[in-house]
Amino acid sequence: MHNSSPEVLVIGGGNAALCAAITAAEKGASVTLLEAAPKPYRGGNSRHTRNFRCMHHGPLGPLTGSYSEDEYLEDLLKVTGGKTDEFLARLAIRTSEECLPWMEAHGVRFQPSLSGTLSLSRTNAFFLGGGKGLVNAYYRTAEALGVDVYYETSVTHLELDDARIVRVDATQQDHLFSLTPKAVVVAAGGFQADTDWLARAWGSAAKNFLIRGTPYNRGVVLADLLEQGVEQVGDPTQCHAVAIDGRAPKFDGGIVTRLDCVPFSIVVNKHADRFYDEGEDVWPKRYAIWGRLVADQPDQVGYVIIDAKSLELFMPSVFPPLKADTLEGLATQLGLPPDRLRNTVNAFNAACGDTSAFHPTELDGVATSGLTPPKSNWARPITEPPFYGYTLRTGVTFTYLGLKVDERAQCSVGNAPVANLWAAGETMAGSILGQGYLAGFGMTIGTVFGRIAGKEAADHAN
Amino acid sequence: MQTDLLEEARRQAQICNACRYCEGYCAVFPAMHAERAFSDGDLTQLANLCHNCRGCYYACQYTAPHEFNLNLPKALAELRQDSWKAHSWPAGFATLFDRAGLAITAGLVVSFAILFWLAQVLRPEAGAGFYAYMSHGLMVAIFAPAFLLPLAALGMSLRSFWRTIGGEPVRLEQVWAALRSAGRMKNLEGGHGDGCNFEDEDRFTQARRHFHQATLWGFLLCFASTSSGTVLHYGFGQEAPYGFFSLPKLLGVPGGVLLCAGTLGLAWLKTKADRELGAPSAWGGEMAFVLLLFSVSATGLFLYAASGTSLVSVLLPIHLGTVLTFFLLTPYTKMAHGFFRLTSLVRDAQTRRMALQTQVSTATRAQTWRN
Ligand SMILES: Cc1cc2nc3c(=O)[nH]c(=O)nc-3n(C[C@H](O)[C@H](O)[C@H](O)COP(=O)(O)OP(=O)(O)OC[C@H]3O[C@@H](n4cnc5c(N)ncnc54)[C@H](O)[C@@H]3O)c2cc1C
Ligand code: SF4
Ligand code: SF4
Repeated sequence: MHNSSPEVLVIGGGNAALCAAITAAEKGASVTLLEAAPKPYRGGNSRHTRNFRCMHHGPLGPLTGSYSEDEYLEDLLKVTGGKTDEFLARLAIRTSEECLPWMEAHGVRFQPSLSGTLSLSRTNAFFLGGGKGLVNAYYRTAEALGVDVYYETSVTHLELDDARIVRVDATQQDHLFSLTPKAVVVAAGGFQADTDWLARAWGSAAKNFLIRGTPYNRGVVLADLLEQGVEQVGDPTQCHAVAIDGRAPKFDGGIVTRLDCVPFSIVVNKHADRFYDEGEDVWPKRYAIWGRLVADQPDQVGYVIIDAKSLELFMPSVFPPLKADTLEGLATQLGLPPDRLRNTVNAFNAACGDTSAFHPTELDGVATSGLTPPKSNWARPITEPPFYGYTLRTGVTFTYLGLKVDERAQCSVGNAPVANLWAAGETMAGSILGQGYLAGFGMTIGTVFGRIAGKEAADHAN
Repeated sequence: MQTDLLEEARRQAQICNACRYCEGYCAVFPAMHAERAFSDGDLTQLANLCHNCRGCYYACQYTAPHEFNLNLPKALAELRQDSWKAHSWPAGFATLFDRAGLAITAGLVVSFAILFWLAQVLRPEAGAGFYAYMSHGLMVAIFAPAFLLPLAALGMSLRSFWRTIGGEPVRLEQVWAALRSAGRMKNLEGGHGDGCNFEDEDRFTQARRHFHQATLWGFLLCFASTSSGTVLHYGFGQEAPYGFFSLPKLLGVPGGVLLCAGTLGLAWLKTKADRELGAPSAWGGEMAFVLLLFSVSATGLFLYAASGTSLVSVLLPIHLGTVLTFFLLTPYTKMAHGFFRLTSLVRDAQTRRMALQTQVSTATRAQTWRN
């Protein structure tokens, strides 16, 4: 470590950390960035992202039309059920507009708007190459600005004394060392990769959860600061979880492990019983609740059953589905009791009515009658072999418990600000939304508050 | 074609198809996302659309050490190499070159040079310029078949390749679209216009695109120069040597300079780039080809510089030897890639038209958009 007293120390190596480091370096501060992951895995959950939700008054970069502050906020309130800090949310939304050109100026490139699907490219700008492309560009920019980047370096402790951070301890390949920076920005994500912590909140069910993103977000810094009385926001049971392919790896499966077949299927638990309305709403509005639904089932597993006529109606899955000519054969492959699956399917088929109005991309009202739970749309009998099956597991995207910050991204202890501590990204996202999630808002929070934190930290250091 | 290479490309294409983050980089992804399952022909087509710009490798969250072990540029490069071999005619020649590219090239250049040198012993009685060293008739007798036979062989290869990738009757505008894309090397721009990743990991630069363009345009200028010489010779009875302000020289000298610079640049980039993101086994053969192309242009320029001196008797056989080697090896070297690529671009223009007509992607896209 060639400078053990940098002016600004940034903890973490994802979007929020990089935005903070770049901003602080551009303000002339000497910046050191510590990333727990090795270089090939740098960038935390940010390396898995695809888009950024952005307010805009008129066409902006790849975005078409306009997307006002109020409409954006309304979209957010719909998913958070009101658990939103409106002041900070408006700040994030308003600032997002100037972020997009800033991102481009710092190397981020966007996908050209998708022709024919204009509504999709109105609210969210998609990164060319996804989040890893974004992270690569930011590392290049940061290094060109002289930011010292250390990989495989984890922060273990921040020494808080009299409402200021006086020392930061870290390890690098079993080598322990300390730093005495003037200002510290924490951007080390949530704690979802620490299954023990999840299990304390969720019970032992959490052991069966898969983690969609990085294994390095273990909440070490978060726990350390909360223990020392730094102000907390959110509760540990809140996390964003979706149902993903049960064959996904434990960590880092990312976007490809999602499954979009639920609306065209029946979903059963390990006893071959249905447990929820698969056709309640269009999938983009429902995928986020299925993580919890599956988590509540025995062994935290679900099984999706479809037949031949539905196979091509959804996005291709990363792993091919299991396939059999009979339902019993499929049940055996999935490890389900064959008779019970047969009964469940028969009962479902019998409850299906007229399917002539079936329409895969609209709420078509093709529903079951007299069945509990019902299937309210896309209910077509499962009759046409071959039959296909997927297992579903709960995939955790991120946790909400975090550090409480103010509009300057500053942390506090008791009722006083910590003089030289700022937080950005996932680790403080709970300050803005307490539950629910709006696609593309995670990157907005990280970019907006990363830049604020970087600026404030550099100002403090100078 | 080799099934293990096809299987590996298929495995990776399926992962990409569920991800789609790289959609904007090049023509490969839109073509890929139009499919749900990949036939051998689909994969062959994708492999030949890929320009090995590596944008999708450095941007991929699933590269090793991740267990998905994505390395699409490599998987497609290996499949591409294999597809050229599998479709080469007569079968087997290409494999040979792949294994001992440098040796074959050097051997051929030397033996042809000796042949041409021997031919000078039968020096014609009369003749100016080069023809003072070798009769025009002899040159034509050698070069006409050396040019036409490889072309015929290429034609055979492309015919079976076209069948593999499922080509349909060609329309003129599709050829035009392919030529335009190839001429601009649009796909090496990386979708955002910043270029490709090659010599310095994830940094985007235009170096490869520019050197490649210099090579392509340099080559075409040299080719035009030779053709104009032929026309002048037969059409207008004007024989070489030509002065500097003649068509053959006005085209040939800048062409030679561009070709020299382009090939040297490409060879240099090749030494810097990570070999594991291409087809490592083909590295030697590709390098040999680039250097052969360099030799063609360099000896040509030297020959022109030396005209009127006694050096011509040495340089002429060497130049002709490299040119002859280059022509003969065309169907079995990297040179063939241009023809296969162009064929694939024509096919791509066909499938794009169909996709536009059916508007298939809208529904699937609407569903892709969740985090
Ligand atoms: C599959 C997937 C897809 C997603 N898609 C989107 C999307 O399209 N749009 C969107 O807005 N959001 C998306 N999200 C959410 C998004 O990833 C997060 O909101 C965002 O990346 C958070 O950025 P961050 O910088 O706060 O955290 P991260 O990017 O997770 O970075 C945290 C960093 O801290 C490091 N770290 C952790 N502990 C330590 C320590 N003790 N010492 C040093 N370093 C440490 C980690 O290694 C990591 O580099 C997605 C999430 C997932 C999992
Ligand atoms: S190369 Fe990687 S990031 Fe790109 S589409 Fe394929 S899986 Fe996704
Ligand atoms: S290497 Fe470049 S050209 Fe080939 S598939 Fe990847 S992005 Fe496309």
